[in-house]
Amino acid sequence: MTVALALEQLLNGLQLGVMLFLMAAGLTLIFGVMGLINLAHGSLYMVGAFACAATAAWTGSFWIGLVASLIAAAAAGAIVELVVIRRLYDRDHLDQVLATFALILMFSEGMRWLFGSFPLYLDIPPLLQGAVPLPGGTEYPVYRLAIIAAGTLVAFGLYLLISGTRLGMRIRAGESDREMIGALGVDIRTLYTVVFALGAALAGFAGAMVGAIQSVQVGMGEPVLILAFVVIVIGGIGSIKGALLGALLVGVTDTMGRFLLPKLMALFVPPAQAGMIGGAAASMLIYIVMAVILAVKPRGLFPAAHA
Amino acid sequence: MLSRENLVNLVLAAALLAVPLAANALGQPFYVTLATRIAILALAATGLNLALGLGGLVSFGHAAFFGIGGYAAGILATHGFSGDPLIFGLPGTNQMWVIWIVAVVVAGLVGLAIGAISLRTSGVYFIMITLAFAQMVYYFAVSWPAYGGEDGLSILVRNQFPGVMTMRPLSFFLICYVILLIGIGLFALIRASRFGSALQAARQNEVRVATVGIEPYRIRLTGFVISAMMTGLAGALFADLNRFVSPSMLSWHMSGELIVLIILGGTGRLFGPLAGAALYVAFEYALGGLTERWQFFLGLILLVVVLFARGGLLGLLAGKARHG
Repeated sequence: MTVALALEQLLNGLQLGVMLFLMAAGLTLIFGVMGLINLAHGSLYMVGAFACAATAAWTGSFWIGLVASLIAAAAAGAIVELVVIRRLYDRDHLDQVLATFALILMFSEGMRWLFGSFPLYLDIPPLLQGAVPLPGGTEYPVYRLAIIAAGTLVAFGLYLLISGTRLGMRIRAGESDREMIGALGVDIRTLYTVVFALGAALAGFAGAMVGAIQSVQVGMGEPVLILAFVVIVIGGIGSIKGALLGALLVGVTDTMGRFLLPKLMALFVPPAQAGMIGGAAASMLIYIVMAVILAVKPRGLFPAAHA
Repeated sequence: MLSRENLVNLVLAAALLAVPLAANALGQPFYVTLATRIAILALAATGLNLALGLGGLVSFGHAAFFGIGGYAAGILATHGFSGDPLIFGLPGTNQMWVIWIVAVVVAGLVGLAIGAISLRTSGVYFIMITLAFAQMVYYFAVSWPAYGGEDGLSILVRNQFPGVMTMRPLSFFLICYVILLIGIGLFALIRASRFGSALQAARQNEVRVATVGIEPYRIRLTGFVISAMMTGLAGALFADLNRFVSPSMLSWHMSGELIVLIILGGTGRLFGPLAGAALYVAFEYALGGLTERWQFFLGLILLVVVLFARGGLLGLLAGKARHG
């Protein structure tokens, strides 16, 4: 019984990790190529979730909603890049933080304007409803397994894109020497817009997938954004590999900590207090892990060559 | 001869005093409370300005210190009211000056811990790590049920200060105003001191500072801790103003707002935080009266300031800062 429960929690941790990777990959890509810190990435996640929920409610199909979320998030990303973000590449990090913080205020209030203050709900598509049995007698929802699979596929696709295509080659070149690829005749402005839209689409995709298991509401992107920051700080800012390992580490640590720490505490103190102390400790666990990693390796596990 | 910036500063300080005095005389205590809010936010941002303006340390986690100061006030007042001992048999208290000392000391200790790890990194890492640590404190406050958890903690009666009726809005405003002036004075003293020069030099050129035999890490850590202490003190006052403290004081929106105050006013300027806080509270009040979507327009204004008007309000009124 306990083994089955632990397995279930482990899968939940993987699912969280995969979602965090989709967020962190975009953030770290944008930082790696353009040197930009984008706080509004969580807003693009929210845009994806809202686009999916609204379109699915209108058409009755989750799948059309999923496509809409990709389009909406990529479009929002491209517009924001063209209007605001491209003025920030030469600025210091403080200006970038402030401008993207301002964007969060505008996105959140704008979404509330469009969709009202009540959360939207998104149903799991019929194809992915139901549960599969796990060894040990419990069941696990198919949809969460599908999220893990989809996230893994996207991660693999991203790897192929970056290592095997011309666009990927340009992205890698942009990471190592911005001026040089500009001098070699690559249209760097368009490249930046494309990278930003790509990162936005990944965030929107994550938002849409998670939207079916949580309520879709204003502010939903912010906790995820901060976890994604922890992920890329642990993994090394600018490194996709670091983002993948960091995301899985954070996802599994957080979920297992919330599951195990109260049980661990129960060995030492009475149950009521154990829940309280264990719960509080679990909520801090990933930050403690981050602090320990940074104390040993201040630039993260896989520091990018520059930055 | 008074420089233009000092003249503007003097006008700002006088206005902050005159408005609540007039409002009080006209029987409008709401504006006194608004002015108190400005003074407290300005104090918190002055604390942050030590790290951000002088040291160039973009801390996105100062809400942690602000909230810790607030919780120091809330927790001490709760124990003072109930009579339950707090820790090691020590009682709570409703005396503001004891609360201030506790708030400053605790914020300083937490600042030391966060700073010691965060300052090993720099640039964008530093921003994200300070943010993450502040979130850690936030989630701790949310998940620890003893002091209200997510619901926060009410302070039933505003804490006491010897010889002052703190429940009168104007009296409490004057306390905050005097502390703000002391805080700004301290900022000016630090900026002009040998330590302040080293802190600013470490921002401008780390290698040169190290070459003349000053360790940038220690200078920055000291600056960061002093900065945390001042913001913590402001947090204690803020809790007393609202007679309520909740995890929202620790949230990352609060950290963002504190940075916004500094930028609106003018980075590294002595009265920048006060100018910024006044402008921010005025926006909040004026826009909030016009539309319930005021946050959207606040974001828009902030975006325009960051993109096109980088000197902030003081840059507009008093010209460019004389040294960077």
